[in-house]
Amino acid sequence: MTSTVTRLPRTAALRDRLLRLAGAVTTPLLPEDYLDLIDPLRSGAALRGRILAVTPQTRDAATLTLRPGRGWRGHTPGQYVRLGVDVDGVRQWRAYSVTSVPGRDQPITVTVKAIPDGVVSTHLVRRIRPGTVVQLDQAQGDFVLPRPVPRRILFVTAGSGITPVMAMLRAGAHRDADVVLVHSAPTAADVIFGAELRDLAAQGAFRLVERHTDAAGPLTADQLAALVPDHLDRRTWACGPLGLLDAVEAHWAAHDRADRLHTERFRPTVVAPGEGGEVTLTRTAVTLPADGATPILDASEAAGVLMPSGCRMGICYGCVLPLRQGAVRDLRTGAVTTAAPGDGVLIQTCVSAAAGACDIEH
Amino acid sequence: MQNKSHNPIAHLTPADIEQLGKELDAIRDRVVASRGERDAAYIRRVIATQRKLELGSRAVLLFSLFPPAWVVGTAGLAAAKILENMEIGHNVLHGQWDWMRDPKIHSTTWEWDSVSPADQWKHSHNELHHTYTNVIGKDNDLGYGIMRVDEDQRWHPMHLGQPLWNFVNACFFEYGIAAYDLELGRNLKKGRHRDPGFRARARAVGRKIRRQVLKDYVLHPLLSGPSFLSTLAATFTANLIRNLWTHSVIMCGHFPSGVETFAKTSIEGETRGEWYLRQMLGSANISGSRLLHVMTGNLSFQIEHHLFPDLPSNRYQEIAPEVRALFARYGLTYTTGSLPKQVASAWWKIIRLSLPNRRATPAVEQSPAPALTAG
Repeated sequence: MTSTVTRLPRTAALRDRLLRLAGAVTTPLLPEDYLDLIDPLRSGAALRGRILAVTPQTRDAATLTLRPGRGWRGHTPGQYVRLGVDVDGVRQWRAYSVTSVPGRDQPITVTVKAIPDGVVSTHLVRRIRPGTVVQLDQAQGDFVLPRPVPRRILFVTAGSGITPVMAMLRAGAHRDADVVLVHSAPTAADVIFGAELRDLAAQGAFRLVERHTDAAGPLTADQLAALVPDHLDRRTWACGPLGLLDAVEAHWAAHDRADRLHTERFRPTVVAPGEGGEVTLTRTAVTLPADGATPILDASEAAGVLMPSGCRMGICYGCVLPLRQGAVRDLRTGAVTTAAPGDGVLIQTCVSAAAGACDIEH
Repeated sequence: MQNKSHNPIAHLTPADIEQLGKELDAIRDRVVASRGERDAAYIRRVIATQRKLELGSRAVLLFSLFPPAWVVGTAGLAAAKILENMEIGHNVLHGQWDWMRDPKIHSTTWEWDSVSPADQWKHSHNELHHTYTNVIGKDNDLGYGIMRVDEDQRWHPMHLGQPLWNFVNACFFEYGIAAYDLELGRNLKKGRHRDPGFRARARAVGRKIRRQVLKDYVLHPLLSGPSFLSTLAATFTANLIRNLWTHSVIMCGHFPSGVETFAKTSIEGETRGEWYLRQMLGSANISGSRLLHVMTGNLSFQIEHHLFPDLPSNRYQEIAPEVRALFARYGLTYTTGSLPKQVASAWWKIIRLSLPNRRATPAVEQSPAPALTAG
């Protein structure tokens, strides 16, 4: 016992020393910069995944099978993973639910629905090729079933909102519980995993209620109550567009059962660029109003914040700071750059004006 | 003696200059709008090639006792170091690839194979040199503060030795840049060596030098075992070749004849169009093959680079014909020439200006540069 305790720090120290030596040999680069040339998925590398296959699912959805790097710590059904994909040369991050069953050294799958004007989703469904290496984050999210699994469960989903639930069903949620799934999609052909769901339902795994909204219109809370009379007695997980989630949350809250409802919002912040907005400098903890014509650098300095700066004309990149969320507009081109929470899009503050509320790390 | 009494922009009205600015903005906007996958693939390919070349050359140098290995390894390492400094380091640190949002290829995270720390170089180069290009007294790149490279710079007996200073600077160019970024001469002369900001920056340079020297002159020679001394000589030679090459390329950018300089007063209240015009007149290109352009980091398109310092370097060659046509249309001289011609021209200027000359307008100090408010 004691020997293990003493040996561990010693190997750690040796490893540390070797790494430092390797770093001294490769400076100013890191050893990983060379190792990435050989194996970008090796253990110890920044987490990445290689696309193994792209399988069409419906006319506008496809399933991507990925081999995650060796640093992948696995996922719990219902969790999502952030994917960093280069679209037109620009790295874009988006979150997608993992739809595969967890397993050691297994590839993972995500199912993506191409949304109109969706830069990343369209790229993933229509253009990406097997062999491409994408960036990954570890799985996260608390839209998961508790242990032990509740006896009665209701899933309310729409569109690609089925994806986290599919992972739970594939992992066998219905084996320990009485499950009802109410799923909405425009038509029967648009139901992602339609054949698989109907198969399982036919085998009696769970009760499936399909709602085809092109013909029947969007599902209302009252209709849901009629379809599943005991819905308030079930622990409920809902995932889908904002309209559906808002209706469901209001219904459960009105009946004082909000604690039995779990929701997952797919696109929590849709940034609609406007003219100007409140700029929050997160480390300095300063919030200031900025108009749509004044560079954030100038507005911040006018508010007394000491900002990094340089040429003040957009050429030297001495003023670059991470935009954590919100939208800014490039005053030279009018191009809008947006960031969702968790992003760190680097922007030039000397030529960027606020286009809505934004958080900048400084 | 170069005649500097003429004004190369006397024929342009302020409206012309604003129109010129708009046309250049349009070129820039078009490139920005079309940046994409092809450009990203280009820089990633250059970076991968450079890393493989460096790794391969260092591996060959493990056997540098064997003369063919010494020659191949040294040549490869010199080429890798040149690529790293020019097409990759210089351009990444300019923010040319920041639009990809790849934290591994970004001006804020990149560190380069040079003794000057990236952040100090970004300040002196991107902020001072590119903003105040060729403005006497503001742009220290004009002779790096040790040489006289313009008729309008005041002569001092020290300048008699400048051909020698320039040669020594060329051999140890990366150290020259580090000293220059630190403004070492000025800070020591003004007794600012105790200033905490200066000391912190000097310590950062010291740390960078230690890391670079440890790698090139201790660790890699040690890894070569019996080839220790020959690997040390090989690395020194590769650094020397890299230094001479980068120094030559950079001299060609602003020193050859035909390049204009500007007075401090001429840039007060400068418009965007006037700033563009100063970049056009203050830079010179090098003509040559595709390989030459890559090895110069596309600084062979110095004019295009100075107009648009943050556009991806692979695009300079593409917009060059258009930029050149613009020069012709506005009656301006597009200064260019082969590498030997431009290097010779720059060296001749340094030799010539080591001696005093008659100033074009001797009465007022630093005034005869083209005033940018034509009319």
